[in-house]
Amino acid sequence: METTVSVEQVSRAFGKKTVLSGVSLHMEKGQIYGLIGPSGAGKTTLVKMMVGMDKPDQGTIEVLRTPMPSLSMLQQIGYMAQSDALYNELTGEENLRFFASMFKMGKTEQKQRIAYAAKLVNLTDELEKKVSAYSGGMKRRLSLAIALLHNPPILILDEPTVGIDPELRQSIWAELIRLKGTEQKTIIITTHVMDEAEKCDVLAMVREGRILASGTPLQLKQQYDAENLEDVFLRAGGKES
Amino acid sequence: MRIRALVLRIFQQLLRDKRTLAMLFLAPLLVLSLMYYLFNHTGNASDAKIGAVNLNPAIVELLKEKGMDITTYDQASKDVVVNDNLDAMMEWRDNTLHLILKNNDPSQSKALQMTVSQAVAGLADTAQKLGNPAAAPQITVKTDYVYGDADTTFFDTLSPILIGFFVFFFVFLISGIGLLRERTTGTLERLMSTPVRRGEVITGYLAGYGIFALLQTVIVVLFATLVLGIHLEGSLWLVLLTNILLAFVALSLGILLSTFAASEFQMVQFIPIVIIPQVFFAGIFPLNHMAEWIQIIARIMPLYYGADALKSVMYKGMGFGDIALDLVVLVCFAALFIGLNILALKKYRKL
Repeated sequence: METTVSVEQVSRAFGKKTVLSGVSLHMEKGQIYGLIGPSGAGKTTLVKMMVGMDKPDQGTIEVLRTPMPSLSMLQQIGYMAQSDALYNELTGEENLRFFASMFKMGKTEQKQRIAYAAKLVNLTDELEKKVSAYSGGMKRRLSLAIALLHNPPILILDEPTVGIDPELRQSIWAELIRLKGTEQKTIIITTHVMDEAEKCDVLAMVREGRILASGTPLQLKQQYDAENLEDVFLRAGGKES
Repeated sequence: MRIRALVLRIFQQLLRDKRTLAMLFLAPLLVLSLMYYLFNHTGNASDAKIGAVNLNPAIVELLKEKGMDITTYDQASKDVVVNDNLDAMMEWRDNTLHLILKNNDPSQSKALQMTVSQAVAGLADTAQKLGNPAAAPQITVKTDYVYGDADTTFFDTLSPILIGFFVFFFVFLISGIGLLRERTTGTLERLMSTPVRRGEVITGYLAGYGIFALLQTVIVVLFATLVLGIHLEGSLWLVLLTNILLAFVALSLGILLSTFAASEFQMVQFIPIVIIPQVFFAGIFPLNHMAEWIQIIARIMPLYYGADALKSVMYKGMGFGDIALDLVVLVCFAALFIGLNILALKKYRKL
């Protein structure tokens, strides 16, 4: 297996507050990685450093064997932030076209990718509408579509399914599983929904800036002798359920 | 390509925001017009009350023709003007026309002075026509003021500053809040997660908002000079050039300060700190006699240089050479703010 993202002994503090300390992770091609943990655990900070938007105080992060931050690597990463971050005055299509223009992409490729990404999140018929008229779920979907636009080998999604209804959530997960399978993408997801964590190939439990435990969902459950991931999480955190 | 996409996006956003567009283009015109009529209503001397002492009957006749109310007095003095509530007194003494203007209303004084000098010139003209140019009276007019002095109307000196200020203020506000919205909604952060360069982002913003600022500048300047007829002694092109530079300083400063604001409300709080003092230091009050530290403060304010250049061109009719230094300083301000902006984007991506 080919390692695509590697995080080595990364620490990060904001002022006096340590957000991450000595985090190491190795991610391989064709797998879905779940970072689970409560809000404020440092998931978003970790994810941002993988994208290169933030720098670790200590340790290194490499994406496709290139040390981050690296401008050229951004072409290889699809990032979806926690906030929807869309231009409300523009239509869905204009949003997609704008972000597509930020990546190296031919005109025809751009059109194809916009059509593909819109279809994937089921927004093809809503593209003409202004984003201000979108519902919360539609915005989340459009945001996801933007992350997929430039066909990146690495997808980093910060809580991608918040506010999306169960049916669509299922279809998005189906597509993520297809992407890691047939297209061999590396997908990194943060979540605090345990049933989504169940679908990841590898899980890392983050709490107070540390990785408490990592492994496949099954391994974790066996290791902690737990029925479900929720119990694993609580036990790993030192609290008995 | 990326810059073009950025510019296009800013266009789409702004063109759909009708209120902001109106604020950008119509508000300066409205406020400028109001100020103009407040300060510079056209003076009217036709119903002026004038006291005449020993005045040439020909002149009295001419003034009466204009509709003025002429009363004859034995003696001219400022007291008489005030006590009898006259607008002016004229006395013919020692071959000189002594004019005492009450100057309650500078615009009326101006109109009065003009009427008098027309009357005097008409008199000289008549003498010339009679074929006796040598006998044409060499009349000198000596003007005295009860209140104020011979300075031109307030608005004449104020209008160049106002034009510069409006361009500065509205561009600052709209670009600052425009970018702030990008910061608070997270779109700027998302933009920075694409391979776009920081320089490209700033260039895109400067170009996108810059084109609107340019348009606004042209409209404000043309409206002020062509519609309101604000005094323009020098070249219109220099006025445009100065205002465009000023707009770019405002644009880059607005974008920069939006870095330090967490909300629109905080952005508006910059107005009393950053914008208002600039108005006072821009030359509404003459600074050369003030304490040195005040003059030093003035020199760190972009509007000081912009207003100085505009006043030089519009009011004093100076040329490019005279304002070159001001323009260079404005370019430096813009370059400084643009550079700081590119650095400030590191907040969003350490690269």
